[in-house]
Amino acid sequence: MTVNGARQSADVEPRLLLVHFLRETLGLTGTHVGCDTSNCGACTVHLNGEAVKSCTLLAVQADGAEVKTIEGMGQEGALHPLQEAFWEHHGLQCGYCTPGMIMASADLLQRNPKPNEHEVREALAGNLCRCTGYHNIVKAVLAASES
Amino acid sequence: MTIGFGSTRRKEDARFIRGQGHYVDDVQLPGMLHGAVLRSPVAHARIVSIDTAAALQHPKVHAVITGADLGEQAWMPTMSADVQAVLATDKVRFQGQEVAFVVADDGYSARDALALIDVEYDPLPAVVDVRLALEPDAPVIRDDQPGRIDNHIFDWEAGDAAATAAIFARDDVVVIEQEMQFPRSHPAPMETCGAVADFDRVSEKLTVWCTTQAPHAHRTLYSLVSGLPEHRIRVISPDVGGGFGNKVPVYPGYICAIAAARMLGRPVKWMEDRSENLMSTGFARDFVMRGRMAATPEGKLLAVAVDVIADHGAFNATAQPSRYPAGFFSVFTGSYDVAAAHCAVTGVYTNKAPGGVAYACSFRIAEAVYLVERCVDCMAGELGLDPVELRLANLIRPDQFPYESKTGWVYDSGNYEAALLKALEIADYAGLRAEQAEKRSRGELMGIGLSFFTEAVGAGPRKHMDMFGLGMNDGAAIRISPSGTAQLSISVQTQGQGHETTFAQIVSAELGIATDDVDVIHGDTDTTPYGLGTYGSRSTPVSGAAAALAARKVRDRARIVAAAMLEVAAEDLEWTTGRWAVKGDPSQGASIAEIAVASRGPIELPLGIEAGLDAEAVYDPPNLTFPFGAYICVVDVDPGTAHVKVRRFIAVDDCGVRINPMIVEGQIHGGLTDGVGMALMEMIAFDEDGNCLGASLMDYLIPTAVEVPDWETGFTVTPSPHHPIGAKGIGESATVGSPPAIVNAICDALGVRHIDMPCTPSRVWDAMRSKGRPAQ
Repeated sequence: MTVNGARQSADVEPRLLLVHFLRETLGLTGTHVGCDTSNCGACTVHLNGEAVKSCTLLAVQADGAEVKTIEGMGQEGALHPLQEAFWEHHGLQCGYCTPGMIMASADLLQRNPKPNEHEVREALAGNLCRCTGYHNIVKAVLAASES
Repeated sequence: MTIGFGSTRRKEDARFIRGQGHYVDDVQLPGMLHGAVLRSPVAHARIVSIDTAAALQHPKVHAVITGADLGEQAWMPTMSADVQAVLATDKVRFQGQEVAFVVADDGYSARDALALIDVEYDPLPAVVDVRLALEPDAPVIRDDQPGRIDNHIFDWEAGDAAATAAIFARDDVVVIEQEMQFPRSHPAPMETCGAVADFDRVSEKLTVWCTTQAPHAHRTLYSLVSGLPEHRIRVISPDVGGGFGNKVPVYPGYICAIAAARMLGRPVKWMEDRSENLMSTGFARDFVMRGRMAATPEGKLLAVAVDVIADHGAFNATAQPSRYPAGFFSVFTGSYDVAAAHCAVTGVYTNKAPGGVAYACSFRIAEAVYLVERCVDCMAGELGLDPVELRLANLIRPDQFPYESKTGWVYDSGNYEAALLKALEIADYAGLRAEQAEKRSRGELMGIGLSFFTEAVGAGPRKHMDMFGLGMNDGAAIRISPSGTAQLSISVQTQGQGHETTFAQIVSAELGIATDDVDVIHGDTDTTPYGLGTYGSRSTPVSGAAAALAARKVRDRARIVAAAMLEVAAEDLEWTTGRWAVKGDPSQGASIAEIAVASRGPIELPLGIEAGLDAEAVYDPPNLTFPFGAYICVVDVDPGTAHVKVRRFIAVDDCGVRINPMIVEGQIHGGLTDGVGMALMEMIAFDEDGNCLGASLMDYLIPTAVEVPDWETGFTVTPSPHHPIGAKGIGESATVGSPPAIVNAICDALGVRHIDMPCTPSRVWDAMRSKGRPAQ
């Protein structure tokens, strides 16, 4: 598969989850595990341009796919507008949900570049956060959609 | 360049937004093995046998450890002077309890091998309902304790029972009585608990990366359990993905990882999954409370009394000051000036996971605030008064501070009426009541709920408060580089609360060094001063004070050096931010950076003054800080589905001086969301056999972005007079203050006296039907 623009190949067990392949095989530890039932979304990455929960995909299912993780967001030295907005609007505290939250938000803005507050909240309902109360995350996503 | 207090964006965000945080499960060490815990499938059973032979045959398994293998380390001390089984030896006492630990090449193999362990259990009846646990025929859970014949843990009381009873006995008072449960919930941080243990057999040094809010306290406990001396244990708490009290206690998984690393001579990682986190780590609340309140018919509150049965699970592992078995529950008189009060709390064992103090409760103040704020609303209903009027008539007045409560707490400062009036103004309370009246006339169910709370945070004074004998003080150490930049080491441990930014701001405010030039070091017991960690909103009150005092020591040293540089007497110098200058001639002066380099140069300093400006402080707080808040919640209840929607929530908080208002607001937003979760969705429930029914995020529901509104916040500033910078803690205020506001709003909407949390649609439906409301 291609991960953040770089070709990667490995022999893996069929049961290996994509999230573990990213974290443990490739060392991309920005993608996190927050649950075991596919609810929390901390593991959200992009698979062929769409947000997916990487704990609920086998690595082998991503064979040949384009995968993007939080480490692939933004250019060298220049943050992605969502990263800037989360920072500026205090859209994170412990930072554990943040990578998944940013990937889910990026997916939303690709589909809907000018969402309203309700649409942002609906789009992020698959991503749990225990610190921020969502308020500043919603503000950050709306701000990023303006930039 | 930013100096001092204000809403500056956070230093730590730079790595988190790029996926470059470093959490425990990100730790990779050469030769590292992976552990997994075998857990009890039943709540109460004697262990007949454990057969590990098949698991040991697994080609990737290195060890299978049982309680028998651990010997004396099969049990560990808890922070409540009880013991807890690391791995069950005699019997299992809750579903999910640790029975064996497998170590394998990778996490998948370790979990495969769990299925190969054969444990034979002899089932025992489970004790589930805490109200029945003290019945004479209840099975004795803790038969490991010699002579024990029941499930009773402790009785504890506070206040004046006789004076309180005398008021309730008067025939000119109105009395309300209400039983209420604060159900068992769970902090459920997004990152679960875990550890990586690494033992160097040559230096005999143990390094443990772990998800801990109290790295130094953990080091002391690991030393007690392992027998290793403390100076050969290094605990590193790296980035922590949320704590909320869940990561204060020591869990068996940590001890197993340490034991395995020492046994095998290789690093061992243990990371629990979500189900394990919810089933076996520190729960919160679980108080059954019978509250009583007395008032004059005109609405003067006179007395509060409460009896509590506290469900502590199978081991008393509650993390709290040792002389406070029910935490700080005795602040249950809240924000009101009453004549007498009394509480009695009975702690009880049941066949459930241990815990109790967690989830931003400030040592049981969440329970206390819920009790009193529900009772005030019940009393308002009884007297036919508006809950705002009843509160306004009884709040402690500003001129009464410092105020000594009837249970012995001395509140430091407060201007309660101002905060409540501000909340009413933001909410347009009169407008809300008018809207409600109009909606009621159309059969719509709108509710308005209030909560006015006083917190007590910053444990605490060494004379009264300790954890296993260690006074609850915290330290800070500042090193000033010759070029005038600073490193501040602190004994507390952020789990997202922004310490790397706010503690830099404290030093910046005191010394005039830009916040970017102050780096904050935390979480490594080898490099930070000893202290008891971050929980109970104690970082700002205790370690924040230590940071300010250490910075003032630096400033005092800098004055002496500046005097030598300028060849004047130190008394002739005055401080203006970042600079000592000659009084009356400000052009003659030296900046902190100039002083820093001179302090290590060839300058002649007075006898006894050492080179450099470094300083350290350990702060023993004279009292707690008592932040407060006025909360107003507006709910709409769907009469057809009984679904409760929190439409508006107004939170006015006062935490004294605000170091970083942006971060304060973020703390409040998060806590309010906890409140919505607890009030509407969250419960760790059990069936009659002791099966845990809330053991995954499929069943343990926490709010998403859809369940919470945009939060409306306001503030007032009433500084703490005893704190060096006038700051009070804030982290837990919203979690503590919000649940009663929401429940009060639901009761207001339905016109019922009480409804127990979580107010799920089925419970609200039942409450509506009990009122005789027709289904629509």
